[in-house]
Amino acid sequence: MPEPDDAPARARHHEPVLPEGPVRATANVCHAAGCLSLGSDLVFDRLCERVEASGTDDVGVRRVGCLGLCAQGPLVKVPEHDRLYAKVPAEPDELDQLVEQFRSGTGGLVVSEDPFFARQVKVVLRHCGSVDPEEVEDYVAKGGYAALRRAVTEMTPEEVVAEVTESGLRGRGGAGYPTGLKWATVAKSGEGGHKYVVCNADEGDPGAFMDRSVLESCPQQVLEGMAIAAYAVGANEGYVYVRAEYPLTVRRLNSAIRQAERAGLLGTAIADTSFSFHLEVRIGAGAFVCGEETALLASIEGRRGTPRPRPPYPAAAGLFGEPTLINNVETFASISAIIERGGRWYAAIGANKSRGTKVFALAGAVERTGLIEVPMGLSLRQIVFEIGGGVPGGHRCKAVQTGGPSGGCIPEELLDMPVDYESLVSAGSIMGSGGMIVMDETTCMVDVARYFMDFCREESCSRCVPCRAGTVQMHRLLDRICSGLATRADLERLERLAAMVQRASLCGLGQGAPSTVFSTLRYFKDEYLAHIDHRTCPAGVCEMAPFEMAGSGR
Amino acid sequence: MSVVTLVIDGHDVAGQSGQSILSVAREHGIAIPTLCHLDGLSEVGACRLCMVEVRGARRPLAACVTEVQEHMEVTTTTDELTDYRRQIIELLFTERNHVCAVCIANRHCELQDLAKALGMTHFDLPALNPSAGVDASHERFGIDHNRCVLCTRCVRVCAEIEGAHTWDVRGRASEARVITDLGTPWGESPTCTSCGKCVQVCPTGALFEKGRAVAEGKERRPYVPFLVARNRRS
Amino acid sequence: MTSATADAVGARGTPGVPAGPAHPSEDRRWRQVDVRIRRLGARPDGLIEVLHTLQQLFGYLDDDALAYVSEALGVPPSQVMGVATFYSFFVLKPQGAHTCVVCTGTACYLNGAKAILRALREALGVEVGGTTADASLSLLGARCLGACSQAPAVVLDGEVHGKVLAEEITALVASHA
Repeated sequence: MPEPDDAPARARHHEPVLPEGPVRATANVCHAAGCLSLGSDLVFDRLCERVEASGTDDVGVRRVGCLGLCAQGPLVKVPEHDRLYAKVPAEPDELDQLVEQFRSGTGGLVVSEDPFFARQVKVVLRHCGSVDPEEVEDYVAKGGYAALRRAVTEMTPEEVVAEVTESGLRGRGGAGYPTGLKWATVAKSGEGGHKYVVCNADEGDPGAFMDRSVLESCPQQVLEGMAIAAYAVGANEGYVYVRAEYPLTVRRLNSAIRQAERAGLLGTAIADTSFSFHLEVRIGAGAFVCGEETALLASIEGRRGTPRPRPPYPAAAGLFGEPTLINNVETFASISAIIERGGRWYAAIGANKSRGTKVFALAGAVERTGLIEVPMGLSLRQIVFEIGGGVPGGHRCKAVQTGGPSGGCIPEELLDMPVDYESLVSAGSIMGSGGMIVMDETTCMVDVARYFMDFCREESCSRCVPCRAGTVQMHRLLDRICSGLATRADLERLERLAAMVQRASLCGLGQGAPSTVFSTLRYFKDEYLAHIDHRTCPAGVCEMAPFEMAGSGR
Repeated sequence: MSVVTLVIDGHDVAGQSGQSILSVAREHGIAIPTLCHLDGLSEVGACRLCMVEVRGARRPLAACVTEVQEHMEVTTTTDELTDYRRQIIELLFTERNHVCAVCIANRHCELQDLAKALGMTHFDLPALNPSAGVDASHERFGIDHNRCVLCTRCVRVCAEIEGAHTWDVRGRASEARVITDLGTPWGESPTCTSCGKCVQVCPTGALFEKGRAVAEGKERRPYVPFLVARNRRS
Repeated sequence: MTSATADAVGARGTPGVPAGPAHPSEDRRWRQVDVRIRRLGARPDGLIEVLHTLQQLFGYLDDDALAYVSEALGVPPSQVMGVATFYSFFVLKPQGAHTCVVCTGTACYLNGAKAILRALREALGVEVGGTTADASLSLLGARCLGACSQAPAVVLDGEVHGKVLAEEITALVASHA
């Protein structure tokens, strides 16, 4: 009888083709969620069959994580020739031709010359698309776990914290709290007692898939970062809290933990020292609010994911009341590079008070959707037009949404703004976890505000009144505006309510819920007024309700 | 425990370290409106009515869960705070169905008192009037969910004082409801001890004793006597 | 399982069955539930993990299952129900043989998820969260499946379909229903 927590039975896939002699070309077949949904697993199997059938012994075929250009999957990269092949078919005949191209280094696009890749700087994603996400040996062979070894054998915990502090790394989950400071606080808390390290992989922002891609492409890198953190703050136990909506992520994480334990890189006596760190995966169950740290901890404790007032902060009293370090996936994934190359190296990347790189999930009305990593301080325009290839279909870029439901819409005229924590906040949005949705003129900004309010309304944990009841009433007001039934007084009421909900809600979900309303009112008030005064939706999205309904429901 | 001195609404006051702003303010006769708070129960910081301004804080803080600190400067009433409090009461009135004239708790209702005290004379947000249901299966008590404000006092008194944990909250967002056991009718609850504490602590007419007429349903009474003593910080 | 917890659970369970309460039925799957409970130490913090196991084994969570977990982990029934209904991943009713999940994340919403949902609701005659009368298919919405680069995305029986069109997916789903 299978154990209930075992992964469901999978179809057997072909073993990777790894020739023993010199190799002319290795086909790295993307096995991240985007390409898999386009059939890259079939491409992989067929490619293995074709290579074996052809009798060549100088072509390899491997599975790798996300190659970035998700819009054009299934993707195959041949690192020997620096080439990427997009929309790879699974037809045997076409694959035979492709194998010839792989060997000769023709066809496809040249990665280092392509604008999508040329602008990127890879720290978090440096192993993404080159290591096999299901083989710890592959990660180790590419230098993985060297940072952990170095930390536990050559550095004191204080030195690790100092290195992270010097890097200037700030929390990549959204708020941008200095990581080194957080680590130092946890390290000082609860002398000698029990502590925990928790990875927030509850990527709930709609339109964000960075954490998913990182965990599915190189889970070991995140585990290594967590282990280094545990060493630095003095913890021996940890949890990865991951969404149930990501079954592949859960499977790869569980497998990665087991493999790392077998390799002596997690568990007891790590790297033959006295340091031990035990990790478990906890699966969320579909509640956006669990991305809030106190709600996440409640959920790990098996309770309803309702946030609690802070202080006390988790650094002082977190999981099971013990000092707890919580960072998100990308933050932990940045750590090994910082330890390997030094905090100063990392701090040299970036701009202003935002150091290092940031991973974004580029989606929406943009030619090349996908996963990108850029140095902080690059402009939104460079991201959308140079990397993303602009807006398809001859449309005009209208706004870029960042930060998910707690973020905002930045209008086209501000796209030259650098992407850093402070600039985004001053423009009425936030960095957030890295979702970046491009909108063209077919998008109605009032409808977008209504969409996010609907999201917050349904995801409210119900604990505090402003969020639970305020989002419902704000949604009703936005719905009235979208239906052409609202008056200017409704708009004033919306603003008054939004101010209260933002200031009085208990947690970040409620405090952030009105932010899309504020940012769209700031830059697109004319669209609100067109709905109210002229009963028209400039983008042609909203359907106006018949007039006789006006006043009903009041 | 060390003594902490601070300023509340311009008055110099003293409290113990670890004490909440709310508790210190009330000891000094300074009124701060509350709804979910009840002396003797754990704090949830949920109704947000006790929000006060603390100098240096980026946003108003809930007085029930914010501990006093040396040299803190607290303002309990500003135009902004009053507006927020009124809006919160308005949200509660429109969220379910609070028609005082036909309510068992009329004139003995904390929600009504708060509305009066904060000058909320009418509401202009639409009343949502969900059909939230009534459970009258218990022989002595009943619950009218249409009058529930989800303060969770019943949940806490049952779990923390009676030790039965019959009540909890199910669902979330606007679907959230207090429930007994697995949503079992109250009268069939195997865990309920029929102690009536939940009825005693309910601030509105949601939980009531059967057989009382409109406006007679609840007497003004000290909430579960000696509840407070248990939680007093020494 | 620590012996203290084992005794406490056993004391409230059926006499002669020291490891936990009596199974609600003869179904052998309850033994798998017990294995999971034991592995988690039969502690209250394992509640969500056990609910995942139950749903994986039985397809949904009924009152018997919730009452069993309540007793086995020592969590009050109302709290078990509170948790089971807080998280949208848990379902308390039997689901259809097939499931169709429409992503309503931002990218999918802007790319036509609303039209897809409308078409599916009409074609199947069920609301989101509902199951067809013949129990063949459940229609569900999801907050974001992280397949934004393939927006709009629909997951049919675990398989992600990207860049779907309303008519196309309706025909495909109808063939499953």
